[in-house]
Amino acid sequence: MAWQSLDIQRRSATTTPMPGARQGNEVAKLIDISQCIGCKACQVACMEWNDLRSAVGACTGVYDNPLDLDSNAWTVMRFTEMENNGRLEWLIRKDGCMHCQDPGCLKACPAPGAIVQYTNGIVEFHQEHCIGCGYCVTGCPFNIPRLSEQDHKAYKCSLCSDRVAVGQSPACVKTCPTGALHFGSKEAMKDHADHRIADLKSRGFQNAGLYDPPGVGGTHVMYVLQHADHPDWYAGLPQDPKISPWVGIWKGLAKPLAIGTMAAISLASLFHYIIKGPNAISKETEKEVEDETRS
Amino acid sequence: MRRDPNDLDRYTAGERVIHWTVGISFILAGLSGLVLFHPAFWPFTLLFGSSTWTRILHPYFGMLMALAFLLMTVWFWRLNRMSRVDWQWLGRIGEMVNGDDQNMPEQGKYNGGQKLLFWLLLIGTLLLLFSGIALWRAWFHFPVDQVRFAAVVHAAVAAVMIGLIMVHVYASIWVKGTIRAMWYGTVTRAWARQHHRAWYRQITGLGNGQTR
Repeated sequence: MAWQSLDIQRRSATTTPMPGARQGNEVAKLIDISQCIGCKACQVACMEWNDLRSAVGACTGVYDNPLDLDSNAWTVMRFTEMENNGRLEWLIRKDGCMHCQDPGCLKACPAPGAIVQYTNGIVEFHQEHCIGCGYCVTGCPFNIPRLSEQDHKAYKCSLCSDRVAVGQSPACVKTCPTGALHFGSKEAMKDHADHRIADLKSRGFQNAGLYDPPGVGGTHVMYVLQHADHPDWYAGLPQDPKISPWVGIWKGLAKPLAIGTMAAISLASLFHYIIKGPNAISKETEKEVEDETRS
Repeated sequence: MRRDPNDLDRYTAGERVIHWTVGISFILAGLSGLVLFHPAFWPFTLLFGSSTWTRILHPYFGMLMALAFLLMTVWFWRLNRMSRVDWQWLGRIGEMVNGDDQNMPEQGKYNGGQKLLFWLLLIGTLLLLFSGIALWRAWFHFPVDQVRFAAVVHAAVAAVMIGLIMVHVYASIWVKGTIRAMWYGTVTRAWARQHHRAWYRQITGLGNGQTR
């Protein structure tokens, strides 16, 4: 919220251009999965900085805790045990909003200004404008937004936009003890990822690579994956995420088509009346009916 | 209250009440639904208390409409069975629209257009009901793929329904002497003879002579 209207480059349910005088530098968070030990310090930091507490859950026999994202848990570690060429690999993915360059949530949102994207690429929900319809959930290719059971508003990671606005890194990045999380300009993060990928390849991970999916215009949260050819191994990270074509039709073609049809029918009716005049009972019919009734 | 002892009864009070219940709930569901469809209709949120109230209320308006329409279906479906004459009437609808309705095939209580509209609105109401339930996150949780598909169905069917209702309303304005049937239930004999000759003959036993 510390950002100014000058920094907004996209706004939900808004059809006119955003202020474009100031261009921002794109930022990104890089999550190096190969360096994550699953300590969940980032989850704690997220809760602390944003002052959020999920209800205490139950142990379900896996390390995932809480089990899923919710309105108070904007990031969760997802643990996957993989046996790959006779070796056990523990793939631990920090899940949360990917801050898509082309955000499906924002495209789907019907409430003006409830979702904005800043010039630096951060996608933020403004809950005071949220009407609780859940269309952001429908639009998101990553299954991230969560509707609160209490207030029915949608919540997700803000990439600590308040911290970023004053030159700080997100709370999760600040606290990560192993250096698995990095934050900076998107270019710098890609450069750093290149070094990490080269290192992984030299250690036998031939398919190591960067996850910055082009289907959503790239993301402002990127992963370094040991197995970039199999993102689905990482607790179902989508192979080629993009905004669903149904959402595209619903939020694209359907709008002008429906409004055009309704306008055309209204106008056609009006002009039909003007051109053809009312369909009134003819004098003859009235007279015939009178005669018939009397006889 | 009867305006003229010769007027014909067309709708009972109960039929009028169920029709207006459908009509009012359709208008409320339509106005609130348009808000959720396109920001151009955002000002309609003022009618419902707030934007969040609009979102909360819209599905309830829709449920009321579906319920009332299904009740109306039970009431009216027999009168809306399509016959060969109805399809002939529809085939010549161009003449009707052109304002030249004297030679149209003779119609019973409802003409082919009214009957077709009835069935289209019934199909539309069912589609809106089922797709709307998938979108109603306050109570239901459907897989996201189904929700996405339902969103398109709901928007498309709603737009078609609004178009059909515009035609329905316009037809009642265009054909003079029609709206009073839904206000106080009666029509004039001349109206019935001109627009629903078979129905006119059936209930008066008159009207076997040639028009003109």
